[in-house]
Amino acid sequence: MSIQISCPHCGPRPMEEFLFGEIPVTPDSLTDPRDRDLDRGFMHQNPEGPTVERWFHLYGCRRWCTVERDTRTDEITEAG
Amino acid sequence: MNEFVERLVSLRWAEPKKSYDVVIVGGGGHGLATAYYLATRHGITNVAVLERGYIGSGNSGRNTTVIRANYGIPEAVRFYQHSVELYQGLEQETGRGLMHERKGLLWLAHSEMGARAERARAELNTAFGADTVYVERDDILRICPQLDLDGGGVWPVRGGSYHPAAATARHDRVVWAFAEGAMARGVDVAQRTEVTGLKTDRGRVVGVDTPQGPIHAGHVLSAVGGHVTSLVSKVGLRLPIRTHPLQAFVTNHYQRQFHPIVASADLLFYASQTARGEMLIGAEIDRQPSYSYRAGHPFIQHCAHRAMTLLPLLGKLKVLRQWTGVCDMSPDYSPILGESGIDGLYLTTGWGTWGFKAIPAGGEQMARLIAEGETPELIAPFSLDRFARDRTLADRGSSGTH
Ligand SMILES: Cc1cc2nc3c(=O)[nH]c(=O)nc-3n(C[C@H](O)[C@H](O)[C@H](O)COP(=O)(O)OP(=O)(O)OC[C@H]3O[C@@H](n4cnc5c(N)ncnc54)[C@H](O)[C@@H]3O)c2cc1C
Ligand SMILES: [Zn+2]
Repeated sequence: MSIQISCPHCGPRPMEEFLFGEIPVTPDSLTDPRDRDLDRGFMHQNPEGPTVERWFHLYGCRRWCTVERDTRTDEITEAG
Repeated sequence: MNEFVERLVSLRWAEPKKSYDVVIVGGGGHGLATAYYLATRHGITNVAVLERGYIGSGNSGRNTTVIRANYGIPEAVRFYQHSVELYQGLEQETGRGLMHERKGLLWLAHSEMGARAERARAELNTAFGADTVYVERDDILRICPQLDLDGGGVWPVRGGSYHPAAATARHDRVVWAFAEGAMARGVDVAQRTEVTGLKTDRGRVVGVDTPQGPIHAGHVLSAVGGHVTSLVSKVGLRLPIRTHPLQAFVTNHYQRQFHPIVASADLLFYASQTARGEMLIGAEIDRQPSYSYRAGHPFIQHCAHRAMTLLPLLGKLKVLRQWTGVCDMSPDYSPILGESGIDGLYLTTGWGTWGFKAIPAGGEQMARLIAEGETPELIAPFSLDRFARDRTLADRGSSGTH
């Protein structure tokens, strides 16, 4: 069974229909504009545990939804 | 580690001491090889390798063991060619049977564009020291008679490149051989020892935290595979890494006649035969970043379908096992190794889906860097600061995923 994401428009659909999108976060501790650009361009949160993300329902309604996922298990705790 | 293995190799586990010259976090191939080369090439043996599970429990014991040098940029061809050569001498050097077998790798092209890319690969490889030739359909069929060159009528083979030096080796034996060689020279390897934090003093990394207590270190190497972001975030270091699952599967036994490794860039799969006669199939990473070891049916479905268009023999076989590893993917498909930008902390990461072949050269070069304090030329292009210097190394040659 593949993991299901509950699209607010289409209901529960298999994860394979969606495209992952990261919500980029550049830490406030980075103040030099060049460091901030570098971070925005290349660096990732890559969290190991519960996190909030945006997923695009590519093979469906083609709209974005917000998803809470635990990246250790792929368990999805909330979508909306 | 079971009794059988302990009889096969003589592994002596250690209780970590309070302090070492070098602490290596992660007992995968890269961590253990670095320890091995520190001991054998530089006489540095006051070294600990700390592994939270058992050695080889990460990707080094989960990969499809393709060893090759037919990459897409000069820096990579040079580096991987060196590693291919180190592998060729590794059984003799370590005195251990590693089931190293030269197989040759066919990279198939299904379009004019693809054929041109394979011609370019052959030229580039030859220019930088790796042996790759362009091959026509007749040659391809001679190398791999099981191929359907019509690609099921959908993906006809136009041509391809052939890399005779490509090989495979038994992955966990490689891990054990490096562990054994390091231990025999006095390196401490501790299993079930998780590093939970990094100790710093005035901006320098000076040790690690473990549930059993802190351990002081002159140098710390992060060799934790897909878990690198979690480890180095302890000192605020940000990396261009995303962790993606990569799956593979084997079928039941096929008559032992399938010699080469076959890959298709368009169909994104590769196949070889294991010593047990299983057909071993790999493909590309799961699209979403994740640390989950879940292995799923959609992967087998897609991958088997594509593989069968070129290898109809697979249609008669059954899936025997499927598994997953979590890979440290870099944005340019090149590894990230060398200094971290924080004193005392070194990185070997970004090995993604292609780092098994790199274990000997990666370990050798990291050992040199730590021992001599200067980045060796062979790995200088792969340092983390390439992103800030606008010198990324986009390599299509590794995006064949193995
Ligand atoms: C399915 C699959 C197929 C592949 N096929 C190929 C191939 O054909 N050819 C190829 O060249 N490469 C291949 N690869 C890639 C290759 O396996 C890896 O790049 C390589 O094994 C990386 O080695 P490593 O030592 O860096 O990491 P790993 O072997 O993953 O070792 C990291 C170790 O660190 C430990 N660890 C993590 N966090 C901590 C901590 N906090 N404290 C202590 N220990 C910790 C882990 O338990 C693990 O044992 C494949 C990978 C997969 C998953
Ligand atoms: Zn939808």
